[in-house]
Amino acid sequence: MAKTALQFQHNGRDVAIFVDGGTNLLVALRELIGDMTPKFGCGQGGCGTCSVLIDGELHLSCLTLAETVAGRSVETLDGIKDGPNLHPLQRAFADNFAAQCGYCTPGMLMAAKALLDRNPQPSRAEVVEAISGNICRCTGYEPIINAVLAAASGGRARA
Amino acid sequence: MPVTVKTFTSTHDAAAALSSDRSARYLGGGTLVMRALNEGDISISTVVRASDYAMTRIDASGSRITLGAGVTFARILAERDLAVLHGPARSIGGPAVRNMGTVGGNLFAPVPYGDFTVAMLALDAMVSVQGGLGGREIPIDEFLQSRDRQTGVLVLAISFARPGSTEAFRYRKIARIKPKGGAVITLAAHLPVNGSRIVGARVALGSMAPTPIRARAAERALEGRALDTSTISAAAAAAVEGTSPGDNALASAWYRREIVGVHLRRLLSGQE
Repeated sequence: MAKTALQFQHNGRDVAIFVDGGTNLLVALRELIGDMTPKFGCGQGGCGTCSVLIDGELHLSCLTLAETVAGRSVETLDGIKDGPNLHPLQRAFADNFAAQCGYCTPGMLMAAKALLDRNPQPSRAEVVEAISGNICRCTGYEPIINAVLAAASGGRARA
Repeated sequence: MPVTVKTFTSTHDAAAALSSDRSARYLGGGTLVMRALNEGDISISTVVRASDYAMTRIDASGSRITLGAGVTFARILAERDLAVLHGPARSIGGPAVRNMGTVGGNLFAPVPYGDFTVAMLALDAMVSVQGGLGGREIPIDEFLQSRDRQTGVLVLAISFARPGSTEAFRYRKIARIKPKGGAVITLAAHLPVNGSRIVGARVALGSMAPTPIRARAAERALEGRALDTSTISAAAAAAVEGTSPGDNALASAWYRREIVGVHLRRLLSGQE
């Protein structure tokens, strides 16, 4: 079956790939672009670890048909650090012990970024709501919520 | 297995492609169809999309509200004119699912999903569809009864009369995980009042049958009466009539039958 040419922006860089019909964005990012930061968890939209930002909006890459991001901007965890400098959210996750096995962390960070981009000073309830589509099975949610609140109150070096 | 993706600018062409191919599915937000493809559903060989602007239009300016089938729950939450639907929209998924999931797709969501459709059923919505032969409007309860046969049509929009007052429409979703989670049961009621009497009572239930259903016995108990303690008790006692819930990981059929009256009582008496 013929492949489809697909161009989009990946973390600010133009990329072009060929995808099979029905390929989801998660597979395209991991296997064709080589960006391993979004993870495969459930493939059903239940766990949130594949979360990415499409044109600034939080989406589940495993449920996104790759072809639908043509010409759009896709941002993954790989793009949020500044060279060797961690993003304030990443620093806050490390400082607050918000990652144990780390599997949910890429999705948690992207969900938190989607929140802070729109609402730089969220309440605790707003943080809980923002990560409600992301499942963590190790640290529990408290350190993660605390880390997001710490990143918000600690000021953010870059958007 | 790779599938063929067909994207059309016109809904008419998309509808023709859907109706001519039994193995074609319309892709809205992806939360149902992409999930099926990820799970290896070989019954889908073609994915149809339409980029027509009309599919994502919201008309909430007048007394009748029309939502394009491609309107997402996040967009409903961003519209002040749609405050009546914010409860149902907020009860669905996490932020990512609400950015993706659509009003039209929700009509096809199996138990324990499809909460928004329960609200639409209580509001007597009309579903606007485009088939291979032309367009028509179908009452939502009729659409849901024949839902398995509707995969060959393209849902364009859903419309309903704006409730006369905010108290007239009530919604409650019972989930084990808050704020996100599949429904144990979902309830919606529309109780327009004329004088002190309810006229045109609608009670809709989710996860109490394979599709959202009307609780007609409860509606009869409410019709023409004032919403007092005895009316509420009669409606609550009748809530389970005509239902056929199933077992799943969230609750057993027995449990759902036991609690539906309890939660209808709470919904009608305005309890948390």
